[in-house]
Amino acid sequence: MNTLRIKRVPTVVSNYQKEDSDDGARQVGGCGRNCLKQCCIQGAKLPLYAYKKVKDVVNEKASSGDENKEQPVPFLDSLVLGEWEDRMQKGLFRYDVTACETKVIPGEYGFIAQLNEGRHLKKRPTEFRVDKVLQPFDGNKFNFTKVGQEEVLFQFEPSNDEEPEFIPNAPIDVENSTSVVAINVSPIEYGHVLLIPRIFECLPQRIDRESFLLALDMAVEAGNPYFRLGYNSLGAFATINHLHFQAYYLATPFPIEKAPTRKITTAGNGVKIFELLKYPVRGLVFEGGDTLQDLANTVADSCICLQDNNIPFNVLIADAGKRIFLFAQCYAEKQALGEVNQELLDTQVNPAVWEVSGHIVLKRKEDYEGASEQNAWRLLAEVSLSEERFQEVNALIFEAIACGDDEKGNLTEDMIEEPDVTPPSHEDAGAINNSSYPAAMVAGKQECLVQQ
Amino acid sequence: MESQLALIEQSFNYRYSVWVREALDELPDNFTITDPSISGHPIVFASRGFLKMSGYSKEEVIGKNGRAFQGPGTSRRSITEIQEAIQEERTIQTILLNYRKDGTPIWMLFHMSPVFSKEDGRVIHFVAVQVPMSRKPRWSGSGPGRDGVCEDGCRSRDIVFGSCRREVCSDSVLELEHVLAFESLFDSDNRDDEEPREASDQEKRRAAAAVNNILSLLTHYSELTGKLVCEKRCTLSGIGLLGASLIISLGRIKQSFVLTDPHLPEMPIVYASDAFLKLTGYARHEVLGCQCMFLSGVDTDPSTLLQVKESIQTEQACTVRILNYRKDRSSFWNLLHISPVRNASGKIAYSVWVQMEEGCGYQDAQGLSPEMRQRSTVGAVKVAVRSSSMGAGPSKS
Repeated sequence: MNTLRIKRVPTVVSNYQKEDSDDGARQVGGCGRNCLKQCCIQGAKLPLYAYKKVKDVVNEKASSGDENKEQPVPFLDSLVLGEWEDRMQKGLFRYDVTACETKVIPGEYGFIAQLNEGRHLKKRPTEFRVDKVLQPFDGNKFNFTKVGQEEVLFQFEPSNDEEPEFIPNAPIDVENSTSVVAINVSPIEYGHVLLIPRIFECLPQRIDRESFLLALDMAVEAGNPYFRLGYNSLGAFATINHLHFQAYYLATPFPIEKAPTRKITTAGNGVKIFELLKYPVRGLVFEGGDTLQDLANTVADSCICLQDNNIPFNVLIADAGKRIFLFAQCYAEKQALGEVNQELLDTQVNPAVWEVSGHIVLKRKEDYEGASEQNAWRLLAEVSLSEERFQEVNALIFEAIACGDDEKGNLTEDMIEEPDVTPPSHEDAGAINNSSYPAAMVAGKQECLVQQ
Repeated sequence: MESQLALIEQSFNYRYSVWVREALDELPDNFTITDPSISGHPIVFASRGFLKMSGYSKEEVIGKNGRAFQGPGTSRRSITEIQEAIQEERTIQTILLNYRKDGTPIWMLFHMSPVFSKEDGRVIHFVAVQVPMSRKPRWSGSGPGRDGVCEDGCRSRDIVFGSCRREVCSDSVLELEHVLAFESLFDSDNRDDEEPREASDQEKRRAAAAVNNILSLLTHYSELTGKLVCEKRCTLSGIGLLGASLIISLGRIKQSFVLTDPHLPEMPIVYASDAFLKLTGYARHEVLGCQCMFLSGVDTDPSTLLQVKESIQTEQACTVRILNYRKDRSSFWNLLHISPVRNASGKIAYSVWVQMEEGCGYQDAQGLSPEMRQRSTVGAVKVAVRSSSMGAGPSKS
C-alpha cells in the first residue's frame, strides 16, 4: 500500500532549524552553537523551576480560599512571561507577533483570526508522511536537543519537596530526566513556548501518562485560564517528531470553550466525559476526577488508544487544567487523498490544535480580510470525523479507558465500599439508552466490579 | 484591605450619594453590584436578598469577587460566558450554579448588565441579579428514593462537598432540606443535562424586571450627585479610554507601572497600578492625565530624560536608572523599564513604564530577579492590551 504524504511548509520553531538539511553531517564535539547536545552542554546552566505536586483537581473553592487574602500571581506565570519578554528584547524571534493583526470574527461563535504573513516565509515545502501516527525518533532530523541554550527558558520538573523551588542557575543534568520549556521562534501568540518532556530521552511525538501529567501540571501551575497547552499528533499537523506540547497566552475565550456540551458518562475515577455540541469539529471534553492524576491518566489513556489505532488527534488543555478537549481528525488524510477542496488548500491553513479550538492563523491578507464565521466553519467541518466514525472512535476510547482501570487494578474505593449496586433509576437508564454509546463504558463501574 | 474597603465605599457614594444603599435595600431581589475599576473587580454592594440566599454576612461579601460563590459543580462554560460578557461590556443571562456559605448548591438564573457613565461611556459598575431556580424533587417511582440517593450519591458527594458529608449522611429528618439540595445536584450529575432545565419566561422576566428596577434607582441617585449613569452607552467620545475588561486585566498585575498614550501631546498617563500609587504616594485621580515625566525633579539628569524620550520615539524598549520624586518630595532611584505595547491591530497603543525602587529588597521570595519581574510585567501588559482590543464588540447584546 502506498504511504500517504502531504507537502507543507514546516514551521521553524528554532533558529537552529534552518540549516536542517546539512545537519546530518554535523560531527559531535563542540559544534559552536551552544546547543543542548553533549558537545556544548558541559557546565551549562539554566534556571530550574521545581513545582509542588498538586494532589487534587484544582477546586475553585479551595484555590480561591480566603478571598480577603491577596492572591499572589502564580510564579510560573511570571516566569514564562518574564523569560519570554527577555528573549523578545534580545531579538530571538523571527518576527514580533504583537505586530500581527488579530481580531474576533463577528458572529455567534467568535472565531479568532490572526494575519501572520511572516511565519511561513523562507522555507520550502517538505513532504510529511501523514498515515502513521507513531514513527520512531530519528536523531538525524531536527529535534529539540539541537536548539540553542538561549532559546530555552527554564527546566521544569516536579519538586521532591513540599514547596516549589526556583534556582536561577541550575546545572543541566543530561542523565536526569529533566524537562525544558523553550521558545517557539515562530510564535502564533505572545508567550508561545514548547514544553519538551524529558528532553534528553529523545522521545518521539507520542503521549504517555507521565508526559501528559507534566503538561497538565504546567497548566495548573501557571494558574491562568488564558495560558493553554496544546498537542498535535503526527498526522494531525505536528511537524517535529520529538515529544512536545505547545502553549501561549491569549486572554479571550476560545470558541471551543464556549460550545455547549452533553455529558456522556462519568468514569470510575470520577472523570466526567462530555461530547461537544454545536461545534464544527466533533470531540470529547474531560473534566473533574478524584485527583489530577486521574484526569491526566484518563486523557492519556484515550490518546494512547488513538495512537495505537493509528488515528491522528489534537488535544487542548484549557481553563488552567480544568478542561481538556480531545479531537480525532482526518484532514491530512483527506488532503493526501485529494479530497479537500482546493479553495481550502489554497489558504495553506494547517488545522492543528489551535485552529480546531477556534484560533485560526491565516497566511494571506485576503483570507484575513474576508474571514467570516462561515469560512471558519467550513474549514473546521472538513477536519471533523463523520458522526459515524466519531461514534466508532469513541467506542474504542471508552473501551480502552474502562480496561485501563481494570488492568491496573485501579478500582476506586467506592466500588469496594458499595458492593450492593443500586440499579440505575429508569430515568437514568433512559438517558443512557437514548445515546448511542456502548454500554461497556457507561456501565463501567458495575462491570469492573463483576470482573473482579 | 482597609484601603480597598475605603475605595469601595467611595466608589459607590461618589456616584450615587450615601442614600442609595437604603433605597437598594428595599428591593426584594437577590443582586450584587461590582466595580470593574477596582483591582480584583470586587462586589461593592450586596442586597439583603442576596445575603439571605447565600448565607454570608455583608462583611464577608463586600470586597470579594463573584467567583467566590462558584464551586466544583459550576459549569466552566457558564463562567467563560460571563467572562466574555464582562470583556465585551454587555448584558448576559445564563443559568449558573453557585454555592451557599454552608456548601449547598443553588441553581440560578444569572442576569448581569453593565452600568455606563453618561459622561464618557465608561463602564462604572456591573449589576448581577440572581433568580434562584428550584427543581421539584422527584419522589415517586422512577427516582432511586432517598436511600438510593445517599447510597449512590456518596462518591460524587465525596468529591464535591467533602465538608458536608456528615450532614448528608445523617438520617435526621431535619437534614431533609440538605438532602434535597444534594439530590438536585446528584440528579443533574447523573443525567445528561448539567443544568436543571431551561429558565422559564417568568424567571427571565423576573430577572430582567429586577435589573430594570436597580438601574432606574442607580440612574435616579446618580442625578443627585451629577455623576450620571445610564443603561446604554451614550457617548463613544472616550478616545484613549480604557475598557472595563482591560482595566480588570491590568488590575491583576501587582507591580508598579503606568500606561501612557504616546499619540497624545505630552504622552499623558492613562492607567496607573495600585502599586504605583503606593510607591509614589499619589492618588489615582492626581496621576491620570499627567505628563509621563511628572515624577522627575530638580536633580533628575536631563540626559536620562532625553534617552527615555528617544526610546519612545524610536519605538524601542529601554531601561534607565532615574532619580524620581514622590508626592511628599522625597526622592528615590527608579530602575525604570519602558516598552511599547501594541494593540490587536499590531499598532503601538501605549507605552508601559515599570518602576522598581533601587535597593528596596525587591528580590522575590522565590528568587525572580527584579529585571525578570519587570519583563514579566511588560509581558502581562502586552497580553492584556492585545487581547482586550481584538473583540468584535458587543455583537450579542
